[in-house]
Amino acid sequence: MAITESVAKAAPVAGRSLRQVVWSRVRHDKVAMTCLVILILLYLIAIFAPLICKVIGVDPYAFDGASISDSGGAPIGDWGGISRAHPLGVEWGTGRDILAQLLFGLRISLLIATSATIITVFLGTVIGIVSGYAGGRTDAVIGRSMDLILAFPFLLIILALSGVLTQRLSSLGVPEGNPSRILYMILVLSVFGWPYLARIVRGQVLSMREREYVEAAIAMGARTPRILFREILPNLWAPILVYATLTLPTYIATEAALSFLGIGVLPPDTSFGAMLANSVSYFSVVPSYLFIPGVVLVVLVVTFNLVGDAVRDALDPRSGRV
Amino acid sequence: MSDQPLLRVSNLKTYFPVKSGGLFRRSLGQVKAVDGVSFDVNAGETLGLVGESGCGKSTTGRSILRLIDPTSGRIELDGVDVTDLSKKELVPFRRTAQMIFQDPYNALNPRHTVGSIISGPFQVQKVDPPGGVRAAVQELMERVGLNPEHYNRYPSEFSGGQRQRIGIARAIALRPKLIVCDEPVSALDVSIQAQIVNLLKDLQEDFGVSYLFVAHDLSVVRQISQRVAVMYLGHIVELASREVLYTRPLHPYTHALLSAIPLPDPDRQKQREQITLNGDLPSPMNPPSGCVFHTRCFRAEDRCKVEIPELVEVAPGHVLACHFPMTEMVIGTRIEGPNSGLVEMPNRDIEAPSEVIADMAEEGRGGPVTADYVGDPDRD
Repeated sequence: MAITESVAKAAPVAGRSLRQVVWSRVRHDKVAMTCLVILILLYLIAIFAPLICKVIGVDPYAFDGASISDSGGAPIGDWGGISRAHPLGVEWGTGRDILAQLLFGLRISLLIATSATIITVFLGTVIGIVSGYAGGRTDAVIGRSMDLILAFPFLLIILALSGVLTQRLSSLGVPEGNPSRILYMILVLSVFGWPYLARIVRGQVLSMREREYVEAAIAMGARTPRILFREILPNLWAPILVYATLTLPTYIATEAALSFLGIGVLPPDTSFGAMLANSVSYFSVVPSYLFIPGVVLVVLVVTFNLVGDAVRDALDPRSGRV
Repeated sequence: MSDQPLLRVSNLKTYFPVKSGGLFRRSLGQVKAVDGVSFDVNAGETLGLVGESGCGKSTTGRSILRLIDPTSGRIELDGVDVTDLSKKELVPFRRTAQMIFQDPYNALNPRHTVGSIISGPFQVQKVDPPGGVRAAVQELMERVGLNPEHYNRYPSEFSGGQRQRIGIARAIALRPKLIVCDEPVSALDVSIQAQIVNLLKDLQEDFGVSYLFVAHDLSVVRQISQRVAVMYLGHIVELASREVLYTRPLHPYTHALLSAIPLPDPDRQKQREQITLNGDLPSPMNPPSGCVFHTRCFRAEDRCKVEIPELVEVAPGHVLACHFPMTEMVIGTRIEGPNSGLVEMPNRDIEAPSEVIADMAEEGRGGPVTADYVGDPDRD
C-alpha cells in the first residue's frame, strides 16, 4: 500500500515514557537541576538534623551559660556570638545554639508545610475534579461550601480555636504539647487551603469535560472513574504541580506567621516562625538572628518556585523545549 | 447481507432544555435539535448525512451512540434496541458502534501516547487480542498508515491528518459494525481530506463496517456515500441514493445545497447562477409552522406554511418531504421561484483539477485519488 510504504522508510524513533521525557528535559535545565539538588539537600538536612547536630557537636536544647554574658544574657562575641563551638551564634539569654535550632526549625517547618501541601493538593484535586465533572447540584453545593471557607476570617478563627482544638486533638490520642500543635497547624492550613486549588481544578475540568477525547472515552464505554483519573487528571498535573510548588513556600511563611502569633510550636522546640519572632527584639543589636532564618527561607521559596517552573515546562509537550 | 438493516432509527427526537440563569432556573423552552428523524443504515454501507451548521446532523450521530440521550424515538443497532439501555448495559454496545470526531486536535488526549490512546478500547472493553495489546495496536497503526515505531509519541507531535488516522485506528480497534463519522475531514486540508476518505473506504472494504458519515461538504459525501440524507432544522427532507440525489434531487433545499458546490473552473463558476437562500436558519427553539423550510424556500406557497409535509417514498429508495418537489426540473434550465426570481440549476459535472492531485504529495504519502474528487474550500 502506497500510504504505509513512505512511512515505513522514516527513521525509527525510540519510544520514551512520560516520566523519561520529563526527566530528560529537567536534566538539561541547569537552573532546575541546581535548585533540585538544593531542595533535596534541605530535605536531607531536615530529616537527618539530629544526626548532623551530633556530628557537629551542637544541641538545640542545651543551655550554654559560658557563651552569654552574665548580666543581661547577651551573646559573647560578634554576630550573636559566632565561635568554633557555635558556628551561627547562640540565642540571647539562654545560649542555645542557633545552627542546631535552625536545623530543627527547618525540620518542623518543612514537616508542617509539606504535609499541609500534600493534604491540600489531595483535597483540592479530588473535590475540584468531582465538582467540575459532576456539575449541577453537586457543583453548587461544593461551590457554596468553598465560598463559605474562603469567606471565613481565617486568622481570627484559627487563633480563637487553637486552644480548644489542640486540646481536642490531645483528647483524641495525639500526644499533648507540640505534636498536637503541629497537627493542628497542618489541619488548619489544609482545610483553609484546598478551596483555592479546587477552584483552579474545577475551572480546568469544566473546559476539559467538553473535549472530544472525553466523549471518545465515553464512546469506548469507559466508566466515570476512568474518565476522571485517566483522561482528565493527567491534563491537570501542570497546574497542580505549579500550585503545589507555590503553596509550599507560602505555607512555610504562614506557619512562620502563626508561630509569630503564638500558636506555633512552643519552646524548647522551634521553627522558622518562632526564630524570626524571637529575632525581632534583638534586630538592632544582633541582625544575624533575623538574617540566618531569613536567608534559608528565601532559598527555600526561590528553589521551590524554580523547580516548579521547570517541571511545568517539562510536563507541557507543547512548550517545545527538548 | 441480511434483510434487516444494521441500524434502524425511528422517529428520533433530541431536545435540549433551555433554562434561565440564576438560582431558580426556569425552563425557557426546548431546542429541537433533532425532531423526528428516521432512517436505516445497511451493513457495509455508508449513509451520508448533510445539512448546514446547526441542522442537527451531529446531534443525530451522537444520539445514536447515546453520547446524548435522545428525548424519544427508537434506535435499533444490530437487532438490539439501544434506546433505553442503562449506562452499564451500554458498555458492550460500545464495541458495536464507534465514533470518529471532527477536530483531530481535540479528540486525542494530549497527555496520552498514541499507543495508549489506541489501546484504550482494548483496556476499557477488557479485550485481550492474540499476541498482546501492543502488537494489535501497532498493527492498527500500520493499517491506518502510521509508523508503528511512533507508539510512544504524543499527539502534539503529529499533523492534523496523522491525528485523524490515530482517531480512526482507535475507532476501528474493536472492529465495530458501525462508525459514526462526525465531519471527519472538515478540519483537514483538501489534499489530506482525500487521503482520509480513501482510508475510510479501504477500511470499509476490508472490514465491512458501516458509516454514518456526517458532513456539510457535499463533494466529500458524494465520494464516500452510497446513500445520502439531507437534513434541515432537525428534519430529514430528502433521502436517496447518491446517483439520484446528486443528479435528480427533488427537494428545493437539496437543489440549493448542490448549487453551492464550487466548480473548479472559475469561468464556469462565474457564469452559473447559484440558488441563494434568503435569511438565516430559523431558531430550532421556535421552528416555523408547516414545512420548516418554507421561510427560505423559493417555491413556498401558502400550503407550506400550515401543512407539514410527510416524508414519503416517491420512488424506490427515494424519500422526500415536500409539497412542491422540483419534478419538472431539468438540469441546466431556468426556473422561476417566488422568492429568488430566476435561478439556473447548477451544472454538476465536476472534474478534478490537476492541482488537487498534485497536492496529494503533501505529508509524504500519496494516497490513491479518485478523479472526480473535489474538496470544498468553504468550510466553517
